[in-house]
Amino acid sequence: GFLHFHGVVLLEILQGVTLGGDKEASETSNETNTVQGLIQRDDSSLEKEIGERRGNRRGDFALSDVFYFSKKGIESIVEDEVTQRFSSEELVSWNLLTRTNNNFHYISLRLTILWGVGVIVRYGILLPLRVSLAAIGLSWLVIGTTVVGFIPNCWLKDWLSELVHVMCYRICARGLSATIHYHNRENKPKKGGICVANHTSPIDVVILANDGGYAMVGQVHGGLMGVVQRAMVRACPHIWFERAEMKDRHLVTQRLRDHVNDKKKLPILIFPEGTCINNTSVMMFKKGSFEIGGTIYPVAIKYDPQFGDAFWNSAKYNMVSYLLRMMTSWAIVCNVWYLPPMTQKEGEDAVQFANRVKSAIAQQGGLVDLSWDGGLKRAKVKDTFKQEQQKKYSCMVVGDDSSE
Amino acid sequence: RWRLFSDLLYKHNFSEIIQRASKIFVSHSQITRLYSRFHSLDKGENGALSREDFQRIPELAINPLGDRIINAFFPEGEDQVNFRGFMRTLAHFRPVEDNEKNKDPSAGEPLNSRNNKLLFAFRLYDLDRDDKISRDELLQVLRMMVGVNISDEQLGSIADRTIQEADTNGDMCISFSEFIKVLEKVDVEQKMSIRFLH
Repeated sequence: GFLHFHGVVLLEILQGVTLGGDKEASETSNETNTVQGLIQRDDSSLEKEIGERRGNRRGDFALSDVFYFSKKGIESIVEDEVTQRFSSEELVSWNLLTRTNNNFHYISLRLTILWGVGVIVRYGILLPLRVSLAAIGLSWLVIGTTVVGFIPNCWLKDWLSELVHVMCYRICARGLSATIHYHNRENKPKKGGICVANHTSPIDVVILANDGGYAMVGQVHGGLMGVVQRAMVRACPHIWFERAEMKDRHLVTQRLRDHVNDKKKLPILIFPEGTCINNTSVMMFKKGSFEIGGTIYPVAIKYDPQFGDAFWNSAKYNMVSYLLRMMTSWAIVCNVWYLPPMTQKEGEDAVQFANRVKSAIAQQGGLVDLSWDGGLKRAKVKDTFKQEQQKKYSCMVVGDDSSE
Repeated sequence: RWRLFSDLLYKHNFSEIIQRASKIFVSHSQITRLYSRFHSLDKGENGALSREDFQRIPELAINPLGDRIINAFFPEGEDQVNFRGFMRTLAHFRPVEDNEKNKDPSAGEPLNSRNNKLLFAFRLYDLDRDDKISRDELLQVLRMMVGVNISDEQLGSIADRTIQEADTNGDMCISFSEFIKVLEKVDVEQKMSIRFLH
């Protein structure tokens, strides 16, 4: 009640202030506040570019063949589709948070003062408020779920458990000044299903769980997280894996399958990208989640970068710094779209199914649909991609028309 | 202390960098964007890029000529390239039309002239910088582009044929002027240019 009102008021104030600040920063503010591409990339294929000069000579090498690869290489150095996804989205006009001023905007005196006021408000007023809310939320979760755990298994327990969980997540959401707009709630994930969503931050869990109960999937942690995890499991079944168990794919799939097949259990929440992406694109969905069977309920989450950058850049910030950043942003504003449920079609393998779901989510959320693996954040790209290109080129040099 | 230094480098020297950079790239916004890009690639935050920083770009890592392209950024024997060097190499790929705006007769031949674009490509082959593409150098580049899919013999004969067609002075190597002659009908300006959107 009161918390909701407080959230709304805050949002209105901030909207007014930041838009005022924006006018200072840029006269030409377009519809979307995000930066467009730097170069024009024409997606000309190898076949077209090099094939062009063949004429009637089938198969040959020419000294100019290096031009194609040079151009593509330089284009990717100036701007590539992948590395930009692992750092925060750039904004055209500044939103008064130092952290987003990456483009070296000229900062006038007036803006600086506004920014200073902003800092005082954010760190002095908002932060303590939010931290206490988060603390209340978490303790409530632990205490509440433990208490519910004493009740014998019955419908009352399930109902209370969901109540406790959702309440806690609502308090946590207030703790982040999160304003969430849910769309198409008729498609909300049902029991015995699998909810898949694009992943931007650990906060995604709070965002989704605000609207209903989910069974969480994840690794067992120590410390505070571990306490929370053990408490949650007392109230209703969640799926926590030991580190060693996670390496065994069959074990993981089987446990998930068992959970899904029990139609009384809450839908499980999975993020198939496997890592946090910056909310401008959806990267490769790992096929594991799509091999379990059952109905997939896709969900698209899109944060509004104007009020705060929700992306967790785990290379740059640890969890605590990240939460601090979150709690000193203006607000977290996001849209959640529930998409119609999908099931695997006849003759469709897990990878194709995964791609189909990914495209649906990307389209709804207005995100770029990429096939690149989110794991490229840390790992090197596989050699097979280079070998594919080499093979294609070799076919052209040899003049083999039967190339696939 | 290092952190402070790099902060200074990025924030306070910025206007000086822009000024010097405007001799290479004309548009202020292009320079700013490229600087932003340079900064995001510079994981070590020391104001310079290493070869590893480039190899982190997946699309470049899977490019068969990726290593040679990266090489073009590093002058002889150096392991680091600063922003100026970064821009100078990229400037080769500016479209030729851009030069209309920057008619400065004392500036010498612009980096993105047809000749300099061809020189960029020539240097992809000529690893030892002796101004000649030898048979070995040609074979190396061929091997990079075709991978394991063509036999040594076949590749050898392709190399021989290419040299034969280009070589006019009989030294069994391709000099830069021979290189230019072979490619005189190719639309170098279009194939080796990138259009910037600002």
